[in-house]
Amino acid sequence: MKSAVHPLARILAAAVRLLTGVQVRWQGCAAENRQRIYFANHSSHLDFVVLWSALPADVRANTRPVAARDYWQSGFRSFLAQRVFRAVLVDRGAGSHGASEERAREKRFEVIEQLAQSMGNSESLIFFPEGTRGSGETVAEFKSGLYHLAKRLPDVEMVPAYLENLNRILPKGEFLVVPLLSVLTFGAPLRVEQGEGKVQFLQRAREALCSLRRKGTA
Amino acid sequence: MNTLPDFLRRSFSAERYDHHLLLLFGGVLALLIVASVTGAILAGRAKSDSGRAVIANLNARTKAWWKMCAVFGFTLLAGKYGTLIFFLLLSFLALREYITLVPTRRGDHRTLFWTFFIITPLQYYLIAIDWYGFFAILIPAFAFVFIPARIALAGETEHFLERAAKIQFGLMICAYCLSHAPALLILKIPNYEGHDATLLLYFVLVDQMSDVLQYVWGKLLGRHKIAPEVSPNKTWEGFTGGVATATLLGALLSWATPFTRWQAAGMSLAITLMGFLGGLVMSAIKRDAGVKDFGAMIEGHGGILDRIDSLCFAAPVFFHLTRYYFVR
Repeated sequence: MKSAVHPLARILAAAVRLLTGVQVRWQGCAAENRQRIYFANHSSHLDFVVLWSALPADVRANTRPVAARDYWQSGFRSFLAQRVFRAVLVDRGAGSHGASEERAREKRFEVIEQLAQSMGNSESLIFFPEGTRGSGETVAEFKSGLYHLAKRLPDVEMVPAYLENLNRILPKGEFLVVPLLSVLTFGAPLRVEQGEGKVQFLQRAREALCSLRRKGTA
Repeated sequence: MNTLPDFLRRSFSAERYDHHLLLLFGGVLALLIVASVTGAILAGRAKSDSGRAVIANLNARTKAWWKMCAVFGFTLLAGKYGTLIFFLLLSFLALREYITLVPTRRGDHRTLFWTFFIITPLQYYLIAIDWYGFFAILIPAFAFVFIPARIALAGETEHFLERAAKIQFGLMICAYCLSHAPALLILKIPNYEGHDATLLLYFVLVDQMSDVLQYVWGKLLGRHKIAPEVSPNKTWEGFTGGVATATLLGALLSWATPFTRWQAAGMSLAITLMGFLGGLVMSAIKRDAGVKDFGAMIEGHGGILDRIDSLCFAAPVFFHLTRYYFVR
C-alpha cells in the first residue's frame, strides 16, 4: 500500500536540500526500495529531513521517521511530525530508568511491537539510536532500542547513515541557520550475528556509523 | 515596447550594449564551439585509459564552460542589478564552501549568520547605491572589529584568534575581493561611459582564459613543477605559456577597453599574475584542509571557489589600477 506524500513534506525537503547543499554518497548499499531501518547520528532538527530528502521518491513515500512522543506531541510540532512526515511517535527511554525492572521490560516490548507493526511489510524507518540530539562533535552511546528492533525484525536491513555538518547548520538550541554544505553517507547494512549480545551489537553498529565520517573532517 | 516597465526598458535597450560587448561575446561563443568540436575529435582518438580520462575531464569542463558563460552572459545583459545579484550569489556560495572547510565552533554560529546574511549582502548593496567610500572599508575595517567582538560576546575562547582570523579571511576573499569585479560597473571612466559591462567582461575573460591557457600549456609541455607541495599541476611551462598568451590576448582585445594596446598588455599581465597567485594560495588552503576541491558544484572543475580563486585575487588589483590611472 503506497501512501501519498504530503505536499508540505516535498516543499520542506526541497528547501532543506537547497539550504544544506547535501552531497549524498551511497557507499555500502544502493538506493533500493526495500524494507530498511536507516539509523543516523543526531545533532540537528534538520537531520531527519535531510536524510529523507536524500532518498529516491519511491523510497521516500515508504519511509517514516521515529520521533519522541514527549517532544513532538503538541501543537505545530505535532502537525509537522504526524501529518506532514507521518512520524511514528514513541515513548522515549522505555526500559531504562524509573519503575520496576518488569514494568520497564513490558514497556520496551510495547514500543518495539509498535514500531514493528508500523512497518508492516513495506515501510522503512528512520531512527536515531542516540535517543536525543547531541553537540555533533561525537556520537553518543546507542540506546538499546536498535538492538531489540533488529532482533524483532531479522529480515529488515539496518543501514547506517552518517550526517556531517548539520550541527553547524542548525545546532541544538538555535533557530538561525548558517547554510554550510553537508554530506550524507550510507554504509553497508548490518544484522545481528548469531550469538551476538546487545552490547556487542550496539557497539558494532556505532562503530559502523562513525567509520562513515570522511577522513580529515572535524 | 512602451508597455514594459521603465527599468526593464532601460536594461534591454540597444544603446546599453555597445557592439564591443557583443563582439566579445561572439568571440567567447566561437571559442566554445572550437573547444567542443576539438574535444569531440580527441575523444574518438584517445588510446590509453589515462588519455581517455584526461579527455573526459576536458569535455566535462567545456560543457560546464557553456553553462557558466550562458549564466554570466545573461547577468551582464540584465544590467547593473542583475550583475550585482549574480556576484552576490557567487560570494555567498564561495563563502559557504570556504566556511564548510574551516573548523568553526558552536560559539561562532551567530557570527557566521551575520557574515552570510548581513555583511556580505551589505557589501553588494553599497555598490548598488554607489557608495564607494563605505564599500572600500566595510569589511577591512568594520567587519574586522565586529567579528572578534561578536565571537567574544558568545563566550567561547578555545582557538579564539584562529577562529576570528579564519572567518575574516574568508570574508575578505569571498566577499570583499570578489565584489571588486562588479564594482567596475560604478567606476566613472572618462570617455568610456556606459561601457562598464564591457570592461567587466574583458576582465573576467582575460582572467579565466589565463586559467585555461595555463592548464592547456601545462598539459602540453609541463615538466618543472613550481610548488609541488602546494599544487602538483602548476608548472613553469604552464605558467609562462599561460601568462604570455593570456597577456597577448588581453592586449589584442584593447579595442574593448579604455586602455591603449600597451596599457591593456600591462593590465592583463597584472590580472594573470594575480590570478596565478590566487590559485596557488587557495590550493595551499585546500592542501592544509586535506581536500582536493572546495566543492562539487561545477562538473569537472570542483566547487565555485575552485573556479573563481583567480578572480578573487585579481579583482581588487585590476579595480584599483583602473581607478588610480584612468578615473582621475
